[in-house]
Amino acid sequence: MRTIRHVAVNVFKECVRDKVLYNLVAFASLLIAVSYLLGQLTAGQDVKIVKDLGLAAIAIFGLLISVFIGIGLVWKEVERRSIYGLLSKPIRRSEFIIGKYAGLALTLFVNVAVMTVVFYAVLAYLNTQFPEVVRTAWPAPATDPGMLRAIVLIFVELLLVTAIALFFSTFSSPFLSAALTCGLWVIGHFNADLRNFEAVVESRPAALLARGLYYILPNFAAFDIKNQVVHALPVPAGYVVTTALYGCVYIALLITGAVAIFSRRDFK
Amino acid sequence: MDAISTESLTKHYHVGFWRPRPYLALDGLSLSVRQGEVFGFLGPNGAGKTTTLKLLMQLIYPTSGRAEILGKPVGDVGVKRRIGYLPENPYFYDHLTAEELLEYFAGLFGYSGQDRRRRIEMLLDEVGIGPERRLQLRKFSKGMLQRVGIAQSLINDPEVVFFDEPMSGLDPLGRREIRHLILKLRDRGCTVFFSSHVLSDAETLCSRVAVLAGGRLVAAGDLSELLAFQVRGWEIVVVGLTDSDLEKLKTDGVVTHAIPLGPQRFALDLPLTVEPARLATSLTAQGVQLVSINPVRETLEDFFVRQIGTAPKDRGLGTVAR
Repeated sequence: MRTIRHVAVNVFKECVRDKVLYNLVAFASLLIAVSYLLGQLTAGQDVKIVKDLGLAAIAIFGLLISVFIGIGLVWKEVERRSIYGLLSKPIRRSEFIIGKYAGLALTLFVNVAVMTVVFYAVLAYLNTQFPEVVRTAWPAPATDPGMLRAIVLIFVELLLVTAIALFFSTFSSPFLSAALTCGLWVIGHFNADLRNFEAVVESRPAALLARGLYYILPNFAAFDIKNQVVHALPVPAGYVVTTALYGCVYIALLITGAVAIFSRRDFK
Repeated sequence: MDAISTESLTKHYHVGFWRPRPYLALDGLSLSVRQGEVFGFLGPNGAGKTTTLKLLMQLIYPTSGRAEILGKPVGDVGVKRRIGYLPENPYFYDHLTAEELLEYFAGLFGYSGQDRRRRIEMLLDEVGIGPERRLQLRKFSKGMLQRVGIAQSLINDPEVVFFDEPMSGLDPLGRREIRHLILKLRDRGCTVFFSSHVLSDAETLCSRVAVLAGGRLVAAGDLSELLAFQVRGWEIVVVGLTDSDLEKLKTDGVVTHAIPLGPQRFALDLPLTVEPARLATSLTAQGVQLVSINPVRETLEDFFVRQIGTAPKDRGLGTVAR
């Protein structure tokens, strides 16, 4: 456990020194600028638009970090040969993979946490800009804590994307890993269409294949409850917990696969 | 118990994308290195030295055969606590300083607090890294990275240390410092296994060597045994020898080569068949003064070139498969 923590802290340090956290400045600037501009252009819809934009930005900024740091986590170590020195130390290959993953998960956690704070701060400020009569007409308060449920699922989704990127990075090049990870992310958001594929095709094998893929591929659409929380529609806590558990099981399988591949790999 | 032992250690690679062909990187290496000795692992480029070291570090897995370090299979985490490794052309994390890199690695061995800081200070001093230890490694030159690489390999005070080309990228002063460091390690009882192209270093430092060529072991043993009786002739230095006398000695086949050192002063190479004492007597009788007489021993370089010259070149499995 100590070894995993040690590797994870090094990954976090690397992300900080490589200025990955600068994206937080970009996020804050974007949100503040948009809020200001909306104040000049629209009336009444400002808060809803900022909520939409804020949640989408947390997801997109997080996704960029997950994919582009995730694909290089293992590849960079192998390509630059820094892994030679590391693996000669008392560390198992499984500890290396889990530590790398934990380090990026920590980076993502800090990112999402800070973005969430900025998001709520901007909404709290907007809240003060409207009279009571307008605020009572909103379906939910500006700083509705219910939005945290969407942010929790965004975070689990990012952890899953990171696990996919890490899995691919144990055996393929960054370009291929990025393409495969993004491809899975896109397909995963249209997963429901695979389920209903048999309704639009007559071919039985094609329908079976689509149904099989539906069960195998990650269902990213399940993590997206942004619309519901923005419109203050009810999202049961049980749904959030089950979806998060689904994500965790998927992550565990991917990390196990990554460890299995990495443990057999030759570093020529 | 040997510090390192390998038995029929073999590694094949597959090369080529469309039609992969087997390539024999290491062929049945059987070797043992005693504890406390400095062992030189020599061979030309592509001989299989780095492959062997990677197998010992379990960075690659053998196709067949086995290897042990300190009596335990390679890859054992307990063994890794007792060894150090300097990879060839080492590269570390750009974002860390030399101190932070050593802290990172020391943490993997469980060092902490004052003990860790003291050890890091001492090691960086020992390899000659000064105030630049607080710079990120991305700003380090090749030679400085090599020094940091040596320091990290010693972070756990290892019982066995593996150096892959330790002198690579170092200036003459750096090479001398590392030579001293290796001897200090030996004096502490540490086993040093190092691969090198620099034969003079091996000759100065090693008690035993192995020579690898074409993935195969072509010679191994005590350096003194490998070279001891390989006297290939004699060199005598004389004063007062005239040009005509020299010509006669050459014509008679007594002298194979003469190097003029000054007026009537020569260094003469004699073949092994000539008895130097008899020649000395005869020359002295002619009024020639004898300054010195020395056997010309084969150097490690001569030995190396001879061994490599006779080694098989084919690395494809088609011709060497057993």
